[in-house]
Amino acid sequence: MTIVNFTPVSGFVGGLFIGVSATLLLWLNGEIAGVSGIVDGALHRPGKASGRDWLFLIGLVGGAAIEFWLVPGHRAFHAALPWPVFLLAGLLVGYGTAMGCGCTSGHGVCGLGRLSARSLVATLTFMATGTLTVFVLRHVFGVF
Amino acid sequence: MKGIISLLSGLLFGFGLALAQMTNPAKIIDFLDFSGTWDPTLALVMGGAVLVTLISFRFILRRPHPLLGGGFQLPRRSDIDIPLIAGSAIFGIGWGLGGFCPGPGIASIAQGSWEAVVFTIGLAGGMLAFRFLGRQPDSCFQ
Repeated sequence: MTIVNFTPVSGFVGGLFIGVSATLLLWLNGEIAGVSGIVDGALHRPGKASGRDWLFLIGLVGGAAIEFWLVPGHRAFHAALPWPVFLLAGLLVGYGTAMGCGCTSGHGVCGLGRLSARSLVATLTFMATGTLTVFVLRHVFGVF
Repeated sequence: MKGIISLLSGLLFGFGLALAQMTNPAKIIDFLDFSGTWDPTLALVMGGAVLVTLISFRFILRRPHPLLGGGFQLPRRSDIDIPLIAGSAIFGIGWGLGGFCPGPGIASIAQGSWEAVVFTIGLAGGMLAFRFLGRQPDSCFQ
């Protein structure tokens, strides 16, 4: 194993921003900053609540845009696979998070913050299958 | 007012993801590759975020209600069931395949990545498919 491209400081500070974001949303609005749950809410929740979900998602893209404008070097996108693979990846992530009730933010950041056993099990599970998927694609089939 | 907080929360979340370079799928795939070229950055991102929520959520959830009124909309379930594990397993496969989870996938639209747009369409499609195929009228997110 070789350690590559490790960016601990910007990673940790970026993580603090995400933690503060989740804190604001729970403290003021009483809502969990789980991105898959918010997408689900934008698609299904009625009225004003759905409007807030859309505002969060607009902010999500806008916040990233501001950061890329301030630090152009972070605008680095290296897709190893052709675009149709991202449709399949999106479908699996959407279906899986809807069935498993959350993703890296809902289960990972917020669920672990609440000391939820369900979220710990979910986080360990998607970390394990993610690792296995990369292992098979990279080291067995040499895809990327 | 709650709408402004949602927008602000989204802005901070997206800024943090981009600052941590979680919007670059190569960093995610390298994090998940313990047997090759390992990039531990994601562990610090999660660590930083959970450090804040572990402390702040303790104080927030002692309050009777959120600052702007209404109730706390928390996940109600505490049991560990098969859909939780199976769903998370399917999510992990998609995560390893594209290097995107929902937050970074959507935030990456900001760098004009066509793949991020396609991923987001797939994400919404997968969620709608689960509701439709499973005939699930209610969400289990909250």
